[in-house]
Amino acid sequence: MANVELDAEFLALPLDAVRSAALDRARALGCEHAEARIERIRSQVVSLRDGRLETSADDLELGLGLRVVHEGSFGFAATVELDADAATALADQAVATARATAPAVSERVELADEPAHGEAVWTSSYDLDPAEVPTAEKVALLEDWSGRLLHSPGVDHVTAYVLTVVEDKHYADLSGTVTTQRRVRVHPAVEAIAVDADAGGFETMRTLAPPAGRGWEYLLGEGWDWDGELARIPGYLAEKLHAPSVTPGAYDLVIDPTNLWLTIHESIGHATELDRAMGYEAAYAGTSFATFDKLGSLAYGSEVMNVTGDRTVDHGLATVAYDDEGVEAQSFDLIRDGVLVGYQLDRRIARLMGLGRSNGCAFADSPGHTPIQRMANVSLRPAPGHGPSTEELISAVDDGFYVVGDKSWSIDMQRYNFQFTGQRFFRIEKGKLAGQVRDLAYQSRTTDFWGAMQAVGGESTYHLGGAFNCGKGQPGQVAPVSHGCPSALFRGINVLNTRAESGR
Amino acid sequence: MSAGTGRLIAADRVVDQVLEASRSDGCVVIVEEVSQAELRFANNTVTTNGTRRDRDVTVIALRQTDGGTAVGTASSSGATDVIDLVRRAEANAATAQPAEDAAPLVTAGRSDLGGDFTDPPVMTSLAGLGNVLTGLGGAFARANAVGTRLAGYAEHHVSTVYLGSSTGLRLRYVEPTGKLEAVARADGGARSAWAATGAEDLATVHVEELTERLDRRLSWGERKADLQAGRYEVVLPPDAVADLIFPLGEATSGREAEEGRSVFSAPGGATRVGESLSSHRFSLRSDPFAEGLECTPFLVTGASGQDVSVFDNGLPLERTEWISDGRLARLQYHRAGAARSGVEPAALANNLILELPGATSTLEDLVGRIERGLLLTCLWYIRDVDPATLLLTGLTRDGVYLVEQGEIVASVNNFRFNESPVDLLSKTIEAGRAERALSREWNEWLNRTAMPPLRVAEFNMSSVSPAT
Repeated sequence: MANVELDAEFLALPLDAVRSAALDRARALGCEHAEARIERIRSQVVSLRDGRLETSADDLELGLGLRVVHEGSFGFAATVELDADAATALADQAVATARATAPAVSERVELADEPAHGEAVWTSSYDLDPAEVPTAEKVALLEDWSGRLLHSPGVDHVTAYVLTVVEDKHYADLSGTVTTQRRVRVHPAVEAIAVDADAGGFETMRTLAPPAGRGWEYLLGEGWDWDGELARIPGYLAEKLHAPSVTPGAYDLVIDPTNLWLTIHESIGHATELDRAMGYEAAYAGTSFATFDKLGSLAYGSEVMNVTGDRTVDHGLATVAYDDEGVEAQSFDLIRDGVLVGYQLDRRIARLMGLGRSNGCAFADSPGHTPIQRMANVSLRPAPGHGPSTEELISAVDDGFYVVGDKSWSIDMQRYNFQFTGQRFFRIEKGKLAGQVRDLAYQSRTTDFWGAMQAVGGESTYHLGGAFNCGKGQPGQVAPVSHGCPSALFRGINVLNTRAESGR
Repeated sequence: MSAGTGRLIAADRVVDQVLEASRSDGCVVIVEEVSQAELRFANNTVTTNGTRRDRDVTVIALRQTDGGTAVGTASSSGATDVIDLVRRAEANAATAQPAEDAAPLVTAGRSDLGGDFTDPPVMTSLAGLGNVLTGLGGAFARANAVGTRLAGYAEHHVSTVYLGSSTGLRLRYVEPTGKLEAVARADGGARSAWAATGAEDLATVHVEELTERLDRRLSWGERKADLQAGRYEVVLPPDAVADLIFPLGEATSGREAEEGRSVFSAPGGATRVGESLSSHRFSLRSDPFAEGLECTPFLVTGASGQDVSVFDNGLPLERTEWISDGRLARLQYHRAGAARSGVEPAALANNLILELPGATSTLEDLVGRIERGLLLTCLWYIRDVDPATLLLTGLTRDGVYLVEQGEIVASVNNFRFNESPVDLLSKTIEAGRAERALSREWNEWLNRTAMPPLRVAEFNMSSVSPAT
């Protein structure tokens, strides 16, 4: 655990008085359960276009959310008025909402047991608070990065941005758990664009650096080689602009972890959310082919497939010490030797399905939203011992492609049929890389795809990717999440040509 | 720190306090008050609910320099410490370079449409969900009786915006937005249907009307047919047209087109404005005064983007045709960008209307004229694949039906499509009468749309999805 250093300004808020007023009132009104969250979320976006500042917006969200379980119904209410009287009134409002909806509630809400954790504090691993870095310094860094690309031959335009979030969260429930946690995350990206002015086309090449649960030090080189990556982008872009268009067909693919993390997110992460599998997201995010009756038997993929969910990995975007239902963060298996063995849970679904304790996947993205089950860091384990390098995986392919970096993504509502593109695609001929192609997308079905995974790379190929903006629920909520994985080798995957798909 | 504690003071007073505290060379302040009630259901029971009060204050401070005008912004929710917020925006302006989108602040706007500036914000509550809560109890009972499962969502959201500036703007506008969406699933999910309604006021929306639409669609699915991937003639209902046309509206960036990086770029730095996109005389427009789809009639933005500028806050929004007579008519530009490019500024509003003037056919009429094709319900998980052609991918969802000789004869498996909305307009065989529509994919971002049903040739169903 990192050094715990909570923010003095956040602690100076009347946290105790406000949450106590809300919880005392909820208790007095006979609630079986109540949890209060006071959250302050400081977020900023700084975006440059061709080296000039285009967007700078910094936001500070502060409020109180209160969820109660009253006579078997949930009631949720939120306000931005942070004082004891408003908190008391909010409890009245939450209970009134629970009462009003009770006639249409046919499934009594009960929550899985969780021990009370007393008072606990935690902060994520970071060195430099991005909210304390002056905007001018952020702009100057992005100017420097943009300039390096703009001055390179073949680059016509450059977009550079950084998103930063500092989330301070004070949680308390009727059982006596009181947690105060701080999470910091940053997402920098730079994209170069080359325009073919005569032919009218264009291509892009973006940095592969993932968003990370780190501070501003990430942009200064801690955990990523920015200088090296920026230096390589113009060459990759120039090659891509004039690369041959891919011939569609079935090919072997070596997929780099900078691309594979998103395929994991969509085809495993969401599919192993038990609320989805049970139909509670049927109207929006969808359901899952990995239905509850298949727990322990579904052949999800090949025997080299081992997937864990965790909220504990250092620098993970879904990493916390306690979730938004007061459940301690855990690590758990989802797929073992290719077989579905677990789901991501919150306290309601864990109790409903008789699974014992929740594994801690409840999250609300703001004080104004109710907690729902959200994704843990869902990760594919590398090969044990000295597993293969990416080059060794490539050497096992006669006729295929090496796919690097994520770009376009889409998957159906039951998480079967997906289509992904990437930043760059290298032809593999007789075990060797043979230059880029363009216009490539790969399309498959989840169990076919993971069943075709012949080998996973070793620890040396492992990479923690992720996203800030995973969407779920109504009203819509966004959650940050990381996914670790090695490079991996897939046999006989369907490759499309996106130009041909458009009828051109 | 900018967010304080305690009770909120009146929104118009916040505007005054910001402008009084401002020491900069120009200042814009936006107060957005939000009140929301929501209700979610699944498996024939209400699952989550909520009521929420929110306030967001954004201060935009300008600083004149030798090279132009620099901008700093700061935003905060809740009971804002106004002085701190203004100083934070000014500190950001102090270190910023001159802005590329600088233009004189707007001095006059339509102040006659949003009530008195000192009026309090409009609030909603669970009562704002109208008859939905009571209607659901009966709907769940009926669904249990016939073995179907309902899942869905109802929301009533009221935004009251107060916009003030050091140049004298005092604009207020109330924008209420509601929706009811539901999916009915039968046979363990093997058959499903979706229906939805967008409205300002949910008092006009009835659960029974929605469940009747669901029942009708479910009844079409009793016979099953499996079809392969391929290019099909399809009929898209207005909701599904909204799913595809929203990304087309978003793609109307003037700057991207001029830079050669959009579907609307022409070789050599030119754009495709003036080019025919369809042999049909389609109109694609945004219009704050469109009947039944009224929305904020002036520009409000807390941050600049490629075609939208904080300097343009308060600029009157008018009926703006993006496509007119089937031709690309204009692209988005803020005032500074428009001046550089020698065109008129243009901005999207919070609605979008696609219409074929004079068209009167209904969805049923279009279906009746198909020899063999597919009737879709809605589209899902739509993402850009190739911005150069605006190729989008996505899935059909909750209802694909085979039509033969003008009759719906079976329900069909789902498909992944790869299609461009620009090509959709050129491949349209016929369009019906535009009506209010709710995009399933995008309604959280844009609720107010009117779209026609479209009959389209050669729609590319790239592969089969076994999802149900």
